[in-house]
Amino acid sequence: MMSKLRMIIGAMIAFLVLAGCGQSQPQSQPQHMLTVLAAASLTESFNELGTRFSQQHPDVHVQFDYQGSSTLAEQIKQGRAADVFASADTKNMDKVRDLVGTSETLATNKLTIVVPPGNPAKIASLADLAASGRTVVVCAPQVPCGSATQKVSQASGAQLKPVSEEDDVKSVLQKVVAGEADAGLVYVTDARAAGAQVQAVDFPEAAKAINTYPIATINAAPEKQLAAEFMAFVRGPVGREVLAKHGFGTP
Amino acid sequence: MPPVLWAPAVLALALVVLPVLGLLTRVDPARLPELLLSPAALDALWLSVITGLISTALALVLGGPLALVLARSRMRGLRVVRALVLLPLVLPPVVGGLALLYLLGRTGPIGQWLDAAGLRLPYTTTAVVLAQTFVAMPFLVVGLEGALRTAGGRYEQVAATLGAGPWLAFRRVTVPLLLPALGSSLVLTFARALGEFGATITFAGSLQGTTRTLPLAIYTTAQSDVDAAVAMSLLLVVVALLVIVVARPKAVEGQL
Repeated sequence: MMSKLRMIIGAMIAFLVLAGCGQSQPQSQPQHMLTVLAAASLTESFNELGTRFSQQHPDVHVQFDYQGSSTLAEQIKQGRAADVFASADTKNMDKVRDLVGTSETLATNKLTIVVPPGNPAKIASLADLAASGRTVVVCAPQVPCGSATQKVSQASGAQLKPVSEEDDVKSVLQKVVAGEADAGLVYVTDARAAGAQVQAVDFPEAAKAINTYPIATINAAPEKQLAAEFMAFVRGPVGREVLAKHGFGTP
Repeated sequence: MPPVLWAPAVLALALVVLPVLGLLTRVDPARLPELLLSPAALDALWLSVITGLISTALALVLGGPLALVLARSRMRGLRVVRALVLLPLVLPPVVGGLALLYLLGRTGPIGQWLDAAGLRLPYTTTAVVLAQTFVAMPFLVVGLEGALRTAGGRYEQVAATLGAGPWLAFRRVTVPLLLPALGSSLVLTFARALGEFGATITFAGSLQGTTRTLPLAIYTTAQSDVDAAVAMSLLLVVVALLVIVVARPKAVEGQL
């Protein structure tokens, strides 16, 4: 019993050490660390952009922290050291207005309906979500995707009666993926990132709530120059190409 | 007691108390009444207290007998069972929520069957109670089991020799012996249910008045209004302190 346990632990340690070695092989020694705080919905596209940026700047390691925009804004207010902030809405960028440089529009996003594969509840429009008997999950009005949801429902006159108002868009997606909801309202980009796990049903009213993602360098950035370069990079041709690939609209 | 142990003891206390005091410094006294009496805060408080009480009762009715089995039975594999009972204490709460969802949700092995019978658990207040009971019950089971083991079975044996049946011995001997430990375990269970977050939001979702308990309301509110979230946090701290300090019977001190 004991020796078996020891063997298992030994094997686990060996595995961890080997796995660690594989990752820590440095191609060149990064001398600069760029810290980018970005909205969770930018995860896939910014990871890709970070890799492309490092290819152009071999001495730079880009470190991302993806969280809810309001959480990141609060951290910046509390004095977190970072270089770039990309928010999922202008409201949270405005909260840190005094602490960042001029913000520029990075991308736009809009809502789409997601349903489980095969669309079991036969949902074809926003009005279908308001019909009784449908289990609908949306974002809480306090978070950006929720305020967009409010806007489209007001614009369309569809009275949504959600069974749950989640705190982030990925939780909405998860409930649809798990088959626990007939439909959910998420961003186009999240629907795309979920792949075949969900089906997207676009609706015209989504145009009434286009969400703008602003990006800015942080005044107290340790790497001010690099921060400006990174911002120009993600707003340039490469950035546009990558963001568009993930479903974002670009200015 | 060696004097050198004072330093870490004070640090330990500071680690627990100072952050809560830090929270107090963020409170805006002028806005406090308005924030605390908002429908969102009151709905959440009410829901938290009600579901917490029901969860605690459920933990007692189900977990009490389980503690007795763990302490008294000589069944094989009991050590494994005990380890399983402790699992919710070490699992990240979200994992508990996912586990409940995949068992009792619409597509789960039991949920499928419930759904066919017209019963849906996710997004209901019942789901909140289940999530809280899942997470909080181990506190009751562990507390009672420990007390049962310390007390031993001799009094029950004496009762039996005097002609008491198992049920009579349980009511007249075991339960009175357990009362102090029962009190402290119940308080701890209720307090844990009150603070439950991860399993609830994963399994029950979050909707004002139905499933949005105080911890969920704090999280949602913090996304847009930090002051209101701090006020609600204060509410939760006060309720928790009331439970721990006032509701906890004086006789129980030192038993936990």
